[in-house]
Amino acid sequence: MIPETNSNYNPRLVARQRMGRAWQIVFMSSTVLALIFLIVLMLNIINSAFGLVALENTIAPSELADEPLEALEKEALVGILADNIRRNAGRKLEREQRFFADTLAFESQEKWDEVCARAEAPEGCSSTPRDHANVLALVYERVVEQQVLETYPLWDSITRGDEIRAEIEAQHPGATVEFWSWLDRNFLTTPMSSDAALAGVRTAILGSLWVIALTILFAFPTGVGAALYLQEYAPNNWLTRIIQTNIDNLAGVPSILYGMLGLAIFARTLEPITSGQFLGVGSENGRTILSASLTMALLILPVIIINAQEALRAVPSSLRNAAYGVGATRWQMIWSHVLPYAMPGILTGTILAVSRAIGETAPLLVVGAATFMTSDPNSIFSKFTVMPIQIFNWTSRPQAEFRNIAAAAIIVLLFILLTLNTTAILLRNRFSTRR
Amino acid sequence: MVANTMTTEAPQRIATAKPVVAERTEKTGTGRLALDAQDVHVYYDTFHAVKGISLPIHEKEITALIGPSGCGKSTLLRCFNRMNDVVSGVRIEGQILYKNQDIYAAGVDPVAVRRRIGMVFQKPNPFPKSIYNNVAWGAKINGYKGNMDELVEKSLRQAALWDEVKDKLQQSGLSLSGGQQQRLCIARTLAIQPDVILMDEPASALDPIASSKIEELMLELKKDYTIVVVTHNMQQAARVSDRTALLWLGELVEYDETQTIFTNPSQQKTEDYITGRHG
Repeated sequence: MIPETNSNYNPRLVARQRMGRAWQIVFMSSTVLALIFLIVLMLNIINSAFGLVALENTIAPSELADEPLEALEKEALVGILADNIRRNAGRKLEREQRFFADTLAFESQEKWDEVCARAEAPEGCSSTPRDHANVLALVYERVVEQQVLETYPLWDSITRGDEIRAEIEAQHPGATVEFWSWLDRNFLTTPMSSDAALAGVRTAILGSLWVIALTILFAFPTGVGAALYLQEYAPNNWLTRIIQTNIDNLAGVPSILYGMLGLAIFARTLEPITSGQFLGVGSENGRTILSASLTMALLILPVIIINAQEALRAVPSSLRNAAYGVGATRWQMIWSHVLPYAMPGILTGTILAVSRAIGETAPLLVVGAATFMTSDPNSIFSKFTVMPIQIFNWTSRPQAEFRNIAAAAIIVLLFILLTLNTTAILLRNRFSTRR
Repeated sequence: MVANTMTTEAPQRIATAKPVVAERTEKTGTGRLALDAQDVHVYYDTFHAVKGISLPIHEKEITALIGPSGCGKSTLLRCFNRMNDVVSGVRIEGQILYKNQDIYAAGVDPVAVRRRIGMVFQKPNPFPKSIYNNVAWGAKINGYKGNMDELVEKSLRQAALWDEVKDKLQQSGLSLSGGQQQRLCIARTLAIQPDVILMDEPASALDPIASSKIEELMLELKKDYTIVVVTHNMQQAARVSDRTALLWLGELVEYDETQTIFTNPSQQKTEDYITGRHG
C-alpha cells in the first residue's frame, strides 16, 4: 500500500477498483447468459431431432409376402400394389410415371392412347418407367402404410425409455418402438413428402444453395461497386448525403417489405424475364429462383454497401498518399492498394449479410416460395423452396412428427450456415495474411 | 525539438547558439529553377493556410522549408505535386511553374505532375507488398519499359538500402525497420525517376542514427535530383540544405541561402526562430 501524500488528492483507489470489478462481473454475466441461451437452444433442437418412435403398420409386410419385400421382383411388387390400392389411385400413379415400358398395369391401352394424345399429356407418357426402388417405396407408402403413432424427445427416450416401451406395448399391441434419428441420409436425399417419416430436405437444400449463390452473384459486385463509388468517387454534396442516409436506413427496413417489393417488381412486373419465358423456357410464372435471389440481393445490398464503405474508410490515408505519390491514377490506387487492404473487411460484411439471407423466410414467402415441392430445382427459372421456408412449413403443421423433422432441418440449416461461413472466413484470412 | 529541450536546460546559453552550418561538400546547383511558386494561396474551406507565397526552387539543390507547426510549410510542399488535390475542400490560387508550365493550368493531369515530382512522407508508408514490388509498382504503372530487376536494384542502391535487403526482396516491405522503410519509400520514388523529390519531414519519425542516414542520402541524391524538404529540425536544415525558407503563419518570412539564414538573417523573426526563442 502506497499512501497518498498529497492532500490535494483523494484517490479513493479501493472504491474505484471495486467499481471496475463490478462492471467486469456485469459484462461477464452478459456473456454467460448469451452462452446459456445458445446452449439451451441447441439442446432443444437436438432433443427434438432424435428420440423414440412408436410405429404401426396398416398391413404387416409378412402378410403381403413370405419373403421380405426387398427381395421381391418388381412385377410382384406391382402385383401387391394392384391388390391393395384402388384402381383410380393406380391410374394416377401410372400417369405420373408408368410402371413398365411395354405393358400397362392399371390403365387400359385405349384410354392410355387417348390420354397421351391430348395436348397436355401427363408426364407418364414420355418418362422412363419406375425402377425397383421406386415401386418398393410405393408399396411401403401406399400398402404397408407405416404410421408414426407417437414420438418422444431425446431426453424422455433416454431417461424413461423402458416406461415408454411398456406404455406403447399396452396401448398398441401391434406397434413397434424404435430409436430414430430424424436426421439421416434419407432425410438429406429425399424430397418433400406429406408423410413426415418419408419427407426430406433435398429440394430445400438445393433451393437454398441456388438462391444464395445467385444472391451473392448479384449483391457482392453491386454492393462493393456502390460502396467504392460512394466512398472514393462521389462528390460530397447534398445528393450524395441523401443517398447515403437512405442506404443506411434501408439496412433497417423490415425484410417483409423487400418481399412485397420483390413480388411486385420481380415476380409480377418483370415476370416475362424472371419466369424465363423470354427465352422460351422456365416456369409459368415469375415465382422463380431468379426472383427470389434478386429480392434477397436487394435485401442484403445495403448491409454489404455499409460494411464495404466502413472497410474502405479504414484504409489509412498514408497508403493512398503513397500510391498517389508515385504517380498512380485514382483507379490504380484503388485497385492495387485500397481494395486489397479493405477486402477482409468487405468479406466480413458480406459473410454477415449472406448469413442473414440464408435464414430469411418472410420475403421469400411473399415472393412465392413453393411450400410443397418434390422436384429438384434445375435452373434459375425453377420454382423454389428454401430451408427456412421448409422449416416454417413443418413447424406450422399439427402433427407432432413434423416438429421432429423441423428440428432435423434446423440442424441441417445450421450446418450449411457454418460450412459456408467457415469457407468464407478461411478465404478472408488468406487475403489478410498475404499483406 | 532539440532546441526546445535544450532551452529548458540552459536558456541563456542557447539564446545565442545558432546551429552550425556544415561545410558544404560540393555545390551542385545548376543556376536554373526546377520549380517556381508564384503568389500561391491555399484555402482549407475558409481557413487561409498559405498566404501568397512566391518561392523559386533551384535545380539540383536542397531547399529546406522551416517554421513552426501549422505555418503552412507542409501545405506548400504538397502544392508542388498537387497532392492537395486529393483533399476535399482545398482551393489553390496562384501559379507553380515547372519547366515553364503552370502545373495548375487547365488540362494538366495531376498524375503526370506526380510522376515528375515525387514525394516522400513524414511517416514511412511502404505498400503492404514485397520489397521488390514496393519499388517496382510505381515504375510499372507508369509504363517503365526497361529491365525491372535492374531498376529495382539501382533504386535500392541509390537509396543505400540494397545491401540490407538484397537477400529478402520478396519479404514484405513492412518487415523492415522504420529507417529502412523510409529509405524504401525513397527508393520507390527514385524508381519513377522524377526530377524533383519532395520530402515532408522524412526523418522526424526516425531515431538519430536512421535520421543521419537519410541526411547522408539526401546529400548524395542532390547530385541528380532537386529536393525540397520540410523539417522541424533546425540542425538538419542547417546541415543538408542549400537554401532555407522560413514560413510563419502562412507567410514567407525570409528565403535565402542557408549559410545566410543561419549566420546573418535579415529578419529579426528569423534570428529568433533559429536560435530557439520561438517555436
